[in-house]
Amino acid sequence: MIPAAFDYVRASSLAQAIDLLRDDPDGTKLLAGGHTLLPALKLRLASPALLIDIGGIAELKGIEISEAGIRIGALTTHAELFASEPLNKELPVFRQAASLIADPQVRNRGTIGGSLANADPAADWPAVVVALKAEIEIAGAHGFRRVAARDFFVDIFSTALAPDEILASIRIPRPKPGMRFIYRKIRHPASGFAVVGIAVGVRLHGGVVAEICIGVTGAANHAFADQHAADFLTGKMLSRDNIDQAAKLLGETTECLSDRYASAEYRANLIRVEIRRALLALSS
Amino acid sequence: MNDTTAIRHIGQPLRRREDLKLLAGKGRYVDDVRLPDMLHMAVLRSPHAHANIRSVDLSAAKVAPGVRLVLSGKALEGKMGPIVPNWIIPGSKVPFRPVVATDRVRFVGECVALVVAETLAQAYDAIGLIDVEYEVLPAMTDEDIAIRDGAPQLHDNVPGNITTIYKVRGGDYQKAAREADHVIGLRVINNRLIPTCMETRAIVASPEPDGTLTVYIGSQVPHMHRRWIAETVGIPEHQLRVIAPDIGGGFGAKMHLYPEDLLCPYLARELGAPVKWWESRSESHQSTSHGRAHTENIEVAFSSDGKILGLKVDTLGNVGAYLSNMASGGPTVNTVNFGTGTYKIDNYEAISRVVVTNTVPVDAYRGYGRPEGAYIAERAIDAVARHLKLDQVEVRRKNFVQPTEFPYRPYGSMGVMYDSGNYQGLLDKALAAFDYDGRRRECDALRRDGIYRGIGVAAYTHMCGMAPSRRLAMSGFDRGGWESARVSIDSSGRATIYSGSMSQGQGHITSLSQIAADVLQIPMDNIDIVQGDTRQVQAGHGTFNSRSMAVGGSSVHVSSQRIVAKAKKIAAGMLEVDEKDVSYSAGAFSVPGTDIAPVTFSKVARMAYVGHKLPDGVGPGLDETVFYDPTGMGSPSGVHLAYVEVDPATGIVDILDYVAVDDVGTLINPLLAAGQIHGGVVQGIAQALYEEVSYDPDDGQLLTGSLLDYAVPRAEHVPNIRSLFQETPSPTNPIGVKGIGESGSIAAPPCMVHAVLDALSPFGIAHLDMPLTPPRVWAAVQEARTGASQ
Repeated sequence: MIPAAFDYVRASSLAQAIDLLRDDPDGTKLLAGGHTLLPALKLRLASPALLIDIGGIAELKGIEISEAGIRIGALTTHAELFASEPLNKELPVFRQAASLIADPQVRNRGTIGGSLANADPAADWPAVVVALKAEIEIAGAHGFRRVAARDFFVDIFSTALAPDEILASIRIPRPKPGMRFIYRKIRHPASGFAVVGIAVGVRLHGGVVAEICIGVTGAANHAFADQHAADFLTGKMLSRDNIDQAAKLLGETTECLSDRYASAEYRANLIRVEIRRALLALSS
Repeated sequence: MNDTTAIRHIGQPLRRREDLKLLAGKGRYVDDVRLPDMLHMAVLRSPHAHANIRSVDLSAAKVAPGVRLVLSGKALEGKMGPIVPNWIIPGSKVPFRPVVATDRVRFVGECVALVVAETLAQAYDAIGLIDVEYEVLPAMTDEDIAIRDGAPQLHDNVPGNITTIYKVRGGDYQKAAREADHVIGLRVINNRLIPTCMETRAIVASPEPDGTLTVYIGSQVPHMHRRWIAETVGIPEHQLRVIAPDIGGGFGAKMHLYPEDLLCPYLARELGAPVKWWESRSESHQSTSHGRAHTENIEVAFSSDGKILGLKVDTLGNVGAYLSNMASGGPTVNTVNFGTGTYKIDNYEAISRVVVTNTVPVDAYRGYGRPEGAYIAERAIDAVARHLKLDQVEVRRKNFVQPTEFPYRPYGSMGVMYDSGNYQGLLDKALAAFDYDGRRRECDALRRDGIYRGIGVAAYTHMCGMAPSRRLAMSGFDRGGWESARVSIDSSGRATIYSGSMSQGQGHITSLSQIAADVLQIPMDNIDIVQGDTRQVQAGHGTFNSRSMAVGGSSVHVSSQRIVAKAKKIAAGMLEVDEKDVSYSAGAFSVPGTDIAPVTFSKVARMAYVGHKLPDGVGPGLDETVFYDPTGMGSPSGVHLAYVEVDPATGIVDILDYVAVDDVGTLINPLLAAGQIHGGVVQGIAQALYEEVSYDPDDGQLLTGSLLDYAVPRAEHVPNIRSLFQETPSPTNPIGVKGIGESGSIAAPPCMVHAVLDALSPFGIAHLDMPLTPPRVWAAVQEARTGASQ
């Protein structure tokens, strides 16, 4: 269909974009990859007065890897995350997760910042950044602030971003030696989004779990970091029994969504099955 | 004549002549039609499934920028319409269907008002300014609920919401059931589908300076659209030119008459300017016809050795809010007539009721009724095998109609006749290609390791190319069964063929050329095919019901034969010999056994047009038109096998292999034939595993309103499909073809369901309704496990 009329500005800097955004935060939308926003505009589910195209802002681009950590600019596309050799050498979970997002056309346009800021409860990156213990760097009128990924997702399509702020980058600590990540996902057959998606990072030391972080998407109102299963497993072997016990805990402690396609019971089951399969893969 | 020099194209796996254009993005679709001063229409659709329209306020929309016309249904009353079905089963009660709703809406998506503006954006803006006051009424979307006492009544002239009751009977089912060792019942749902085309519907109507009207429309049936638009809008048919350009898929959905097909022509004449309408994907989901939507109650009587003695079927066909174009024929003639499938079941009793509900009208979709009919026969025989713990293959073999029994009339039917077939041959070929015995052993072995694999089998037959014309009259179908072809040879000996068939992706440009080239004995490059323009193509019915090779192709074949017959007369004159001594092959007329120099087809063509030296009684020109009305219908058949693995922990079905062996008679182009099987099987797998239209049962809202919710399969969802053929030529047409387009979508749904049920047999799961989504399969496993532990 055809969107309602709107004004369009292509911002050349982050400062300009924030200035424009502050004029009318509620009547303004930021355009990055556009893969959620454009359909919403066409269906007239969203009718902003102003569209700020942030696609040309250099400060929001690029992947940087330094001793201090990894910085991924918000405008980095899924395809770029898939393709980046330095990033995937460090964290192959990016290639793995990116390959499970939608299709090549979407991956060529859609951005990680857009995915995180939109906070679709079934999007993939939210689970991954949670498991990576990432921080979300947010730009506002008074400079930058950082929010832990596990605190960033607040509710369905709702985040810690204020209406006049822009998600600038994702900051990821360099993984400790021996840290391994995996992302598992059951795709919805129509949308390709996660019916349930689970990202797990595990570091084993002497056969026992020294560090573990679990991010879950698709199951609940928003992506979240599991604490129950992680606490249970810390200091334990990844034995079949312990894995089963952790899976049961995670299934029980998640308040699962129910929709036309999948019941809450089915989602809880998928959580159990997928965490079990993820941990089994990481235990070998 | 066994001439080794003869040009032979039939049977060759030639690549499609039309693809270069389409793949290079040079196809021309309706949306590519952009005319000077063209206006744009947008439609306001009902947000309610059932409501009275209290008032429609158009005032704000009328003064919006760029708006040229705003109309509600009231303004169109008496000006055109109503929309009437083209197929009305005798005795049907036909609901009144205005082009635009006047005082009541009956489904979410029904047209309530329209805007014509200078730009599409202005039209959409103005649509948002129309204020409609509704009084919401109780709605029902389910066929089972619609026929209950106290259900909301949709139309005054359709008591009980049933438009049509249709009965079929052969033998004595009651007696068979009494005498049978076993009688079991099953209730199966044939899930409602959206016939998803890559190109949605679109139409441009353009008034011409000479007072005629040109209508560009993505139509499978351009000549039928010309008649329907003429009759419904009130335009003389000869002043209407319908052009169907390239079409991005039809599958049955583009062979019906929709309100927009009528509005654009009407508005173009009113406004004296071209008017375009183009359907968005979300509009398509709620305004283009849906498919299937049946509930079938089946009873099957059989002996302990697996022989089926009788079958009883009670069908409820949900046709949505009105009787669409062919809607009364689908759940009736097209479904229950074919309920016995490939099996010899002498005692058969069926009743079909056609039910209106507050949903999008349901009409033809790839196979229309035959998938539902085959699903009845196949689910029944699979249930028999499961009940008796007999091999699913052997039970089928025991009940198949034998090759010696053709032509075969199932249950003594007057309406159904299967012209030819060899189901045992299909089965044997399929089993060998599939390695059935090896796979069966593999399934058994893997089950011990907790791996659940299963094999599905389905056989089908049906009838293609509804004909002859007089037969259509008996069932209330207001069209003929013929197809026309004109073969026009130019003075250089090249052919232009005007065909009433209408390709929407089938590759007619290639396949019809192959048919013509073999008769005309000229290279395919010297043959052009014209379709989809009622001013160029003399007459036609278009493409549906797998009819285009059997009927349209035969028409090309016969008219090409007439060309050769006339050319031979002219050649005889040129060669100064008797016509019967002239032989024709590879573009040359010769006199075998003599040293007379042959004369080429192009020289004969030149002679036909200069007319300098024509035999007595032969007029100038080389141009023949044939309206070919077949004597009967061809019956394709097939056996499909699927191999799946089901993960009981997630319910996910993985398709490991799929073998299709089909008998579609003579193969004109094996490459295109395999493509038709692939496409049909994918749509059949889609029905079995993925696709389902959902409505909110309380308020009738369409829940699968977009492709985010409605799961059309992608490449990752379908297996490599192995397509093999067996050729038993049809005796009903000169080429021996039977039709192929619908085969895959008929066979695949039961085949897939049987495979999954076979995989789940250790859990004792005997029935699942489509689509077999992971949550649904998982829930069944959970239920079976809970039941087993109690």
